Amino acid sequence: MAVNAMNASDVTKKVFNKEELFILDVRNEDAFADWKIEGHNFDYLNIPYFELLDGVEEIIEKLPSDKDILVVCAKEGSSVMVAEMLSDEGLDVSYLQGGMKAWSEHLEPVKVGDLNDGGELYQFVRIGKGCLSYMVISNGEAAIIDATRMTDIFLDFAEEKGATITNVFDTHLHADHISGGRTIAEKTNATYWLPPKDATEVTFEYEALEGGNVVTIGNTAIEIHALYSPGHTIGSTSFVVDEKYLMSGDILFIDSIGRPDLAGLADDWVGDLRESLYSRYRELSDELVVLPAHFMIIDELNEDGSVGEKLGKLFAENHGLNMEDENEFRRIVTENLPPQPNAYQEIRETNMGKITPEEEKQREMEIGPNRCAVR
Amino acid sequence: MEQLKADHLLDAKGLACPMPIVKTKKAMKDVEAGQVIEVQATDKGSKADIEAWANSAGHQYLGTIEEGETLKHYLRKSTDEETVEKKHPHTTPNEALQAKLADNVVVLDVREAAEYAFNHIPNAKSIPLGEIETRMDELNKEDEIYVICRTGSRSDLAAQKLADNGFNHVVNVLPGMSEWSGETTKLT
Repeated sequence: MAVNAMNASDVTKKVFNKEELFILDVRNEDAFADWKIEGHNFDYLNIPYFELLDGVEEIIEKLPSDKDILVVCAKEGSSVMVAEMLSDEGLDVSYLQGGMKAWSEHLEPVKVGDLNDGGELYQFVRIGKGCLSYMVISNGEAAIIDATRMTDIFLDFAEEKGATITNVFDTHLHADHISGGRTIAEKTNATYWLPPKDATEVTFEYEALEGGNVVTIGNTAIEIHALYSPGHTIGSTSFVVDEKYLMSGDILFIDSIGRPDLAGLADDWVGDLRESLYSRYRELSDELVVLPAHFMIIDELNEDGSVGEKLGKLFAENHGLNMEDENEFRRIVTENLPPQPNAYQEIRETNMGKITPEEEKQREMEIGPNRCAVR
Repeated sequence: MEQLKADHLLDAKGLACPMPIVKTKKAMKDVEAGQVIEVQATDKGSKADIEAWANSAGHQYLGTIEEGETLKHYLRKSTDEETVEKKHPHTTPNEALQAKLADNVVVLDVREAAEYAFNHIPNAKSIPLGEIETRMDELNKEDEIYVICRTGSRSDLAAQKLADNGFNHVVNVLPGMSEWSGETTKLT
């Protein structure tokens, strides 16, 4: 039978459409336990490829006959080997092109909505890692917020839309993924904005992004209002775009809130986090659509694959916004923390410009889920 | 960088997953039980995979040294040594040796050189079991000598050999390094 190649975009569509898929993950057990392809209707079997070198007969009965089967490994090689062995046994299977490496790097652009005077807002869903980036397009100009290190997709997308990238923002100094903001700004001569309180150690030039800044994209005024909202980091800044969207960075997610400990100052910043979530955000309109910099679980995806929800609904339903007792809040966000993201210190140093690892190394640093939230 | 002694060398440099493991599995067939193989690879993922594969196949993963772009993995082929009956009469538990270390007793580690290199008791002397015959003159017959290996089998054989050659104060340490909880000197 044939061995088919499935790419990360094909699998992403299966996630968005809640399709069924059987994933035979042939990475080793630790890697699978740490991080895998998530889908509402995906089933899994994890058997390391090196257990299958003598043959796949033993696992055939564990594979379904009524579902598509996708063999997945770290980089592709082992999944091709196992897929070919299964094919020799008469099964029709696919392998994931580029493996989990490609899965981690895949971005799927999803249109979030139309803006004033013909403008558009796109969300770039990094489905494998849970990072969300944004592009605001208006009258031939584009702004990018929280770009990932895979910069070509943003550059190509802007070009397709006939837009020139003029402004690039990071809501904060990221600790879970390497920012592409600086690279994009260098390639396009755009202005790169960073909150100065997060940028005290950076080694490059940037424009200081502070509460009250207003940046206009296109000549018809799609306005990006900066709103200082510390807590995940001391400089964390949110944006209100076109008076309709609230880009909350890593402060507020759909089903969780930001964690205050990734720069080592959980106890100092928990008060800021509370203030941002329980006071500053309370003053905003309930009708704003919250667009965070991450999602943690696929249940946070909307029907079309986008991630976003009205602020009013989050005030009603997000557990992190409903802890009346301040001590309880303090306890939960400082004690109840998930493991820290892989290589987060090195990632911070890379984003500060202090170190410049090679691409392969950067890839390795970003392996795994993002873990920026506390639920 | 220190060169570790290995009985076999497999060059899997430049090969992508799954080939380093496929080649290692194949090469292991020509390795005798208890011998050490060095696998050189450039695939970064090979480290986690070779360790997991070795554990699953019953081989001993000793460790990995990074030398520039090259990863040097060290494995020891599984043996049935644990099932062999131990004969040397004088034995002591790990804990008793640990308590004596402060008195500068002689600890003789008879595991393979690569096993020793990755993890050993500070100041322990290394003479692999296969070399004990030719190197026992490096030891003093009057000393109290604590012989240790991974699980107590090789040290049993070494202790017998020493006793046969006039060493009168030889003690086999049980179970050995596999359960050692005291301080060790590590390679990396």
